[in-house]
Amino acid sequence: MSSWSPSVRELERRRLRRTAATRRLLLASAATVAFFGVITWLVASSPGWPVVRDSFFNLDEARQAWPSIIKGFGLNVVMFLIAEPLILIVGAAVAIVRGTKSPALFPLRVVAVGYTDLFRGVPTILLVFLLALGVPALNLTGLPISLFFWATVALVLSYGAYVAEVFRAGIESVHPSQIASARALGLSEGQTMRHVVLPQAVRRVVPPLLNDFVSLQKDTALAGAVGVFEGLFAARDYGNYHFNFTPYVVTAVLFIALTIPLARFTDWLGRRARQRMFAGGGR
Amino acid sequence: MSLLELSDIRKSYGDRVVLRDIDLVVDPHDVVCLIGASGSGKSTMLRCINLLESVDDGQIIFDGDDITDPRVDVQAVRRRMGMVFQAYNLFPHMTVLRNLTLAPIKVHGVSEDEAVEQARALLAQVGLTGFEDAHPDRMSGGQQQRVALARALAARPALLLLDEVTSALDPELVGEMLAVLRDLAVEGTTMILATHEMAFARDVASKVCFLDDGSILESGPPQRIFEAPTQERTRQFLKRVLPD
Repeated sequence: MSSWSPSVRELERRRLRRTAATRRLLLASAATVAFFGVITWLVASSPGWPVVRDSFFNLDEARQAWPSIIKGFGLNVVMFLIAEPLILIVGAAVAIVRGTKSPALFPLRVVAVGYTDLFRGVPTILLVFLLALGVPALNLTGLPISLFFWATVALVLSYGAYVAEVFRAGIESVHPSQIASARALGLSEGQTMRHVVLPQAVRRVVPPLLNDFVSLQKDTALAGAVGVFEGLFAARDYGNYHFNFTPYVVTAVLFIALTIPLARFTDWLGRRARQRMFAGGGR
Repeated sequence: MSLLELSDIRKSYGDRVVLRDIDLVVDPHDVVCLIGASGSGKSTMLRCINLLESVDDGQIIFDGDDITDPRVDVQAVRRRMGMVFQAYNLFPHMTVLRNLTLAPIKVHGVSEDEAVEQARALLAQVGLTGFEDAHPDRMSGGQQQRVALARALAARPALLLLDEVTSALDPELVGEMLAVLRDLAVEGTTMILATHEMAFARDVASKVCFLDDGSILESGPPQRIFEAPTQERTRQFLKRVLPD
């Protein structure tokens, strides 16, 4: 093996592959430049472009609005960071409860089914309105009246219902033979769930869960609808006083910057899972 | 006293009767081979004994207890039986060692150290020393099936149920699996096997049952079943599966 050197035929094949790769790269570059060049030209040559540029892409306005927007956007991030772990807990708990069979837990199963049906059905923004404006109006002592608090609760309840369904799909995707063999070893229903079903289910639902979290990051902007001074609300506040839309674009860029890393991570996980499957041996 | 006694077992899925009038007595150290065509009810019979399926009628007595009684502690029954499946059914998210120690630690209350020590001994017994940290997906079918066997043995079962454990294996891997089973039989392990390995049944079984369309058509010592079957269906089946 050590004395092997590629044959003339193999060297020729490698040369051909290299030329083909160069040609593909050149073609891709030319197509990309042409495509975006045409779009830029179409936009820039439109009659309304100077006005649009001043009201949407004004650097001065962006600079002035920035401190207030970034401060508001901090709230979006904080809300996301608080809501995400809570959603995971709610979702997993609801999914596990729905999978139980004990007769004593029947009322809990009813609650779990009712919860998913109800909170998946109500538009999230409506839930934000109902909780953030409705609950504090009850004037109950002991309940927080913070808008931020109730908007976060609304997101947790809404996304918790979605995530519960994702978890449930993962649990049900574990093959019955796995459960049969765990039970045949003498494991109880609970032990089978904890040691055999859940670990496999969680692995499978990571990509769809991350997808839901990308969506959650954006939906923190719904809190602005009830007056929480988050990023979008800050942008609207500035825009209303200065008759300029640039702050919206700034906020959009911030949201994109926040979601892109998570989206790439989701892609990477999905690719890895596929590679494992094609590598064979997986079940 | 017999270890296991099935009487008048009946089982159906909807309108299809898969087991009828099954009677079987298994004594300690017996090696019972269930033979018969696919779909004759061999696997269902094993699943009924392990309580993975409930019978429609009849009675199963295991170690003196009626395990078909609805009030029976199913887990307690399974703690004393081991079962190996045709498709291995190892837990893919765990290492081999964890597959072997899960039930001893969680079900039988064995200490971690003791369970690991026992698992290593079992791996040596099935010829897989050094595979402790491997993941099942990275192993060959024959290796996985031997891990599955070791996992079933880890609970020191009074009765071992083996459901066509060589059917998914390459011919050369069948040999290593059968060699391990042969050793177990010599050590006196009580087992019931659903199998298509006629040579194994003839050499190792203490009793052979021929199943046809859900009933035991005839049973007896392997010499009698293989040399002098009394039923026409048995003769036909053996003629098809045995090379002359």
